[in-house]
Amino acid sequence: MPFVRSAALLLWKDVVVELRAKELVYATVFFAAIVLLVFAFAFLGGPLPTVDVSAGVLWVALVLTGTLGIGRAFEREREGDTLRALMLSPLPRAAIYVSKLAAIALLMAIVETVVVLLMILLFHLSVAGEAPRLVAFLALGTLGFAAVAALFGASLGRARSRDVLLPLLTYPVVVPVLIAGTRGTVALLTGDGAVASYWLKFLLVFDAIFVTIAVRIFEPLLRGDS
Amino acid sequence: MKGSKPLYLVATLLAVAGLLWAPQLIAAAPREATMGFVQKIFYYHVPSAWLCFLGAFVCAGGSIAYLFKDSEAGDRVGVAGAELTVLFGLCVLVTGPLWARKAWGVWWQWDVRLTTTLLLWMIFVAYLFARRYGGPGARKLAAGLALFGAADVPLIYISVSIWRTIHPKTTVVPTLQAGMRGPFWLSLGTFTVLFFVLLGMRLQLERARARVDELHLAVEDLEDR
Repeated sequence: MPFVRSAALLLWKDVVVELRAKELVYATVFFAAIVLLVFAFAFLGGPLPTVDVSAGVLWVALVLTGTLGIGRAFEREREGDTLRALMLSPLPRAAIYVSKLAAIALLMAIVETVVVLLMILLFHLSVAGEAPRLVAFLALGTLGFAAVAALFGASLGRARSRDVLLPLLTYPVVVPVLIAGTRGTVALLTGDGAVASYWLKFLLVFDAIFVTIAVRIFEPLLRGDS
Repeated sequence: MKGSKPLYLVATLLAVAGLLWAPQLIAAAPREATMGFVQKIFYYHVPSAWLCFLGAFVCAGGSIAYLFKDSEAGDRVGVAGAELTVLFGLCVLVTGPLWARKAWGVWWQWDVRLTTTLLLWMIFVAYLFARRYGGPGARKLAAGLALFGAADVPLIYISVSIWRTIHPKTTVVPTLQAGMRGPFWLSLGTFTVLFFVLLGMRLQLERARARVDELHLAVEDLEDR
């Protein structure tokens, strides 16, 4: 089966599973709302915080929510032992990884829509003219974060203390995404177009490197220790 | 291993001699005009930093061999390299702020070298965490993390260097005052020899551990028979 078709089929399977259960979408959206409220209680009430704070809140909320979603998604796989079944199938390994990555990116895109709307509501985020570029930032940032988190989430399948290890392994690695995402968002909000495009390019390079590594080492990681 | 024993002994003696001799040279070296006594931390800080990065390279190399060739030796090199990175990284992260407090007036700055070193250190702490608490499959996972870490470091370096940097440049080393050069190179040499002695010890320990596991399994097979 050609690569793209396998990946698309696997993605469709994940979408159907989620459409029936609706567990991940509800849980992550609700969690994102709670995280934003916690930040709102911490930062709002006095004078409106600077754009640095808004951008930071946005990206931290995304990373926390993404971790929760990815952890739960692979927990579900583990309960049904479905990842092992996929690995036994004659599908290209990279297609399995790409489908998981796409499914997680899709989930995060839904959450991000809600998060940005809440940010506009709670933190008076104003992105009127820069909306397309903010979307580009979120899309590239999500891809970079999900590329690493999906890889570790999948290969933590049999490990002990999975829930602890997923953020512990992922966060130090995705720091460049957080830096580029927050600095780029700040540049967008303050109208510094040149700086914003610099960070956008940086995210693109980052994504390319991390997706390449992840695709390459997905199989050895899932195969486990020799 | 038997053939390398004399070399190993010589290296250990060299490291011990260096560790005894270097502090005296450092104490006798001229005082730096503006920073005074705190400048002497430089003799420990710079060699530790360079070995911290060397350890990361060693670990990444071993991890690649383990990931793609299933090389057990690669895995042992990986864990030894990671432990040395964490060890020397800790030296860097302790001596750096001590100096910074005096020279810059603050313990920490989000400067490019500081941030990169801290994150490199954290990635390798996570590596050891994964191996220690990960259970089955964790060694491959840790090797994957080391690979990401190696790719990450230049990215972090570039991303932070967009902000201003105040850390002394690497050109400090070739332009050292005459009296400081001797102690510095001796320190660097001693630390490097120490690094390889520790690496050798750690590899030997891991080899012995693997051998014990093998024997353990062999005995179990005998009992089952």
